[in-house]
Amino acid sequence: MRDFSYSRAGSLDEARQATLAPGALLLAGGTTLLDLAKCGVTEPETVIDITHLAGLDAITVDEEGIAIGALARMSAVADHPGVQAALPAVTQSLSLAASAQLRNMATIGGNLLQRTRCSYFRDPATFPACNKRNPGSGCSAIGGVTRNHAVLGTSEQCIASYPGDMAIALVAFDAVLDLGTRQVPVEDFFLSYADAPEEETVLKPGEMILAVKLRNSAAGMRSTYLKVRDRQSYEFAAASAAVGLEFEDDGRTVKDIRVALGGVASKPWRARAVEQALVGKPLEADTVAWAARLAMDGAVSYSDNLYKIELAPRVVTRAILTVGGLA
Amino acid sequence: MTIMEPRKHGSAADGFVGGRLSRFEGQMKVTGAATYALEYPVENLAHAVLVQSTIASGRVVSVDKAEAQAAPGVLLVLTPEDDLGLMTKSDWFGNRPDNEPYAPLPREISYNGETIAAVIAESREQAVEAIKLLRIAYDETPGVADLHDPKAGDGKVMDNLSVSWGDAEAALAASAVTIEAEYQTPREYHVAMEPHGLTAKWEGDQLTIWEPSQWTHAMALNYAEWFGLPPDNVRLISTFVGGGFGSKGAALAYGAVAASAARKLGRPVKLAVTRPQNFTSYGGRAATRQTIKLGATKDGVLQAIVHRGASETSVTTDYPEQTGAATPILYKVENYSSQSRVVPVNTVTPGALRGPGKNPSAFGIECAMDELANKLGMDPLELRLKNYADRDYQTGKPWSTRMLREALTQGAEAFGWSKRSHAPRSMREGRQLIGWGIGCGTFPVIQAPSAAMIRILANGRVEVVSGAIDMGQGTYTILAQTASEALGVPVDQIDVLLGDSRMPGSAIAGGSMLAGSITGAVHKTAAAARDELIGLALNAPNSPFRDTGANTLSVAGGRISVSSGNGPSMSLPELMTAIGQSELEVTRNTLPDDAQGATDQNAAWTSMKRVQGPTMGEFSMHSWCAHFAEVRVDEDFGTVRVSRMVSAFDCGRLYNPKMVESQWRGGIIMGIGQALFEEGMVDGRNGRTVNNNVGDYLVPTNADIPDLQVISVGVPDLNASALGGKGVGEVGIVGVAPAIANAVFHATGKRVRDLPLTLDKLI
Repeated sequence: MRDFSYSRAGSLDEARQATLAPGALLLAGGTTLLDLAKCGVTEPETVIDITHLAGLDAITVDEEGIAIGALARMSAVADHPGVQAALPAVTQSLSLAASAQLRNMATIGGNLLQRTRCSYFRDPATFPACNKRNPGSGCSAIGGVTRNHAVLGTSEQCIASYPGDMAIALVAFDAVLDLGTRQVPVEDFFLSYADAPEEETVLKPGEMILAVKLRNSAAGMRSTYLKVRDRQSYEFAAASAAVGLEFEDDGRTVKDIRVALGGVASKPWRARAVEQALVGKPLEADTVAWAARLAMDGAVSYSDNLYKIELAPRVVTRAILTVGGLA
Repeated sequence: MTIMEPRKHGSAADGFVGGRLSRFEGQMKVTGAATYALEYPVENLAHAVLVQSTIASGRVVSVDKAEAQAAPGVLLVLTPEDDLGLMTKSDWFGNRPDNEPYAPLPREISYNGETIAAVIAESREQAVEAIKLLRIAYDETPGVADLHDPKAGDGKVMDNLSVSWGDAEAALAASAVTIEAEYQTPREYHVAMEPHGLTAKWEGDQLTIWEPSQWTHAMALNYAEWFGLPPDNVRLISTFVGGGFGSKGAALAYGAVAASAARKLGRPVKLAVTRPQNFTSYGGRAATRQTIKLGATKDGVLQAIVHRGASETSVTTDYPEQTGAATPILYKVENYSSQSRVVPVNTVTPGALRGPGKNPSAFGIECAMDELANKLGMDPLELRLKNYADRDYQTGKPWSTRMLREALTQGAEAFGWSKRSHAPRSMREGRQLIGWGIGCGTFPVIQAPSAAMIRILANGRVEVVSGAIDMGQGTYTILAQTASEALGVPVDQIDVLLGDSRMPGSAIAGGSMLAGSITGAVHKTAAAARDELIGLALNAPNSPFRDTGANTLSVAGGRISVSSGNGPSMSLPELMTAIGQSELEVTRNTLPDDAQGATDQNAAWTSMKRVQGPTMGEFSMHSWCAHFAEVRVDEDFGTVRVSRMVSAFDCGRLYNPKMVESQWRGGIIMGIGQALFEEGMVDGRNGRTVNNNVGDYLVPTNADIPDLQVISVGVPDLNASALGGKGVGEVGIVGVAPAIANAVFHATGKRVRDLPLTLDKLI
């Protein structure tokens, strides 16, 4: 049996200190860590349990915005009326993720760090080559079954897709992660897989996500998260979109719009080109459909996932028209 | 209801056959009180973990196990180097080659995921870790990944599956209206909620196996033959089964490995097959493709069916998934031709999965009929009724019972089919395209003998004992109902004991044959026990009935009395006490009188020798169904949602309608999964099924299942079984996928001919 040490961190500082040791990982809800340990992807030397650390599961809503502690359960955030009022897209992204049982266990911090569902990444015994697991070994997915792989932000090193939902909504609304010593926008927190697929975030040893912070906005209040998949629940997105919209006083000209995509990219994908194409224009179905296609600029398919390039703009379009009252 | 207590039934108002009793073990299961095979507490267990190949084709050159062997807790490492001393077991028909060794850990690899080694350790975790230390050297040879692999070729014709009558090609050529299309179904898996595995324990040369089983006696014999033991030396226990769907009917290589390890170590071994390993430890439904040509007159009278089918099989065994199984019997047709091929690829040998053959076959013919209806501009319901088969055109035999017309008409009525706007893409709600489709299904009545024992105890309780199993379909409950009716004892006084090869033998819980067979055996045994009880009551020296002068007595409500009502009446325990009888035990079987010897009996409970197909007698006997599906397809996203289904069934008499309806719905749900999600994704480079887990191999969730209305239109069919029922377990899935595919065509105008109907095909 592979032994690992398990400890319960006595304090936040102790937890952060412990992550400096090689092979140390934090344990919160455990839904990702245990899963990856079982399939042989993650073999921690040390597991530091932080579930009991006080004060990290708070959800605070005020006139400025929302702060969600890293240890808040997905279900608790999904059920929070204040979050629902300020950012329906965040609520929906959580409600549509995983299953009720998983949402009751998984934490917000852990959810952000959920790793890809690439079948090749998850089967080390059969597919030793994986640049994410073993830098420089190659990518087994390229040339294999790629129906669920990313079309944006990939490289010849890796085509794995970021699987989460909530981060898509967070990236759309410029959420900032409180890492204690520094504050990092979610969009900068995640890294594309271009050159170094093994590096997924900017999180460094000794750091820990403490909270997610979101500022209130008119676009946030008028937002939605649309998730499209074959199965109606408990499946990762074929494509998803988090969208928020604010009109000018005329009620039809776009003042502010936020668009981010899930299920199609190596990281939570903000589609600024779509936003820029629509700001200042009246919201009309044709314009939206045209603008949504800009989200796929630079998309690369390995055939099985070609449909995502067609699907994702349609999801974006529907989501924008929905919040715009046109769908 | 007292269903919290094991093996006791609630006192339903009608506990007899046909009563809607709840499954007695249901509450045990949902509360965790039911003990499944791998949960049996066995002391001093060692834990075995399988190692499967990561190449599709080639051989194991060497396994360096030194490091693994030395790892903490490791007790034994088995590899192809080890001669386990096993002999090949009999096949399903009881045929066994002489002196042929059996190597469950083969050196030659014929598919990715084949078991090639096992590590046995003090703990499962130690074994898992030691596996990482094995150094396996392969000599890899080019393989064929699947049916779509260009190297796969056309395979070979299975001559025994070729069927023809009339002159199909000529009739097709002469037909005013024809259609031709190719239909495909992917590799599909059982994914039973309970994964496979076993605990094996030796005591001297006695072997006990706790393993989920659809056929306890046959699987016990599998082990006995592997190990060269007398059949009675192996006991296989399978009290509860968490779903089988065809995958748990025979012992498998991992069982031989675990039992061998237990023997070598001299201690019991538990082996849990992991979920990914379940995908290749036994075969699922083979991928298929079939071409169907239909010819009809302008007003829709079918003139010819030409069917050419192919299914993948392994490179070691020809296992045909019979895409021509339903094609010849659904419709009236005077000219018919069918041919089937198997195409060897590097896969585990495929196996039976709920509705084998009939299921992909119905997908072909039922989609083709829909295509024909569309070409004719005819209502697909009308086309089906117009070509209603008045007899079995393949054999010429009359149907025993066939209420498919009633299924179609009553199903259509309940669904509201007459309101259908027939043009494709003519019904919508916003962005949701709405479509309605029909698919018919069938499954043969397969008959086999069974045995049962009835014990009437001194306390008045009655035990019904059989080696038959219950995998959720309700065997425990319907046998109590059967015994209750035949004995005249309330159902809550009856205990049913099942799932042990030491108990009387039975038919397999497969091919939808168990309920019809085992209720017949229990009914016969219970009637005999009742007669014996009455005989004792009339003749025993101390019996109060002895001097009543009655010729017979009545048993009802657990009391025995003089039929006229004038005379004594007493409960069974009172009678047993009065006549000094501690127990009454009766065993009967449904084998013919000339097959009561031990050899014939053993063959009946362990092979297909006594199994009768649907047309072996003077009738053609089948269950039938018609499914009506409503789908909503998002016109932008291509996502398919089944929003409503009505299904009407002819399965003869229903022994317990509540459980039958559950089985039908279970089949329909599985059919929805097959239609919308299920597909083994095979990596063309190495033949690996890469979605070998339930996170990636999708089956329906509650959210995917709408209200499923089921209707029974059957009538008792006493040719089919002793109590008049026909099989219910498999027919429910047959015809669901084409009903949904046809509805999707109706919704979108787009014909998808390869399952599943995923959004990428409709976008």
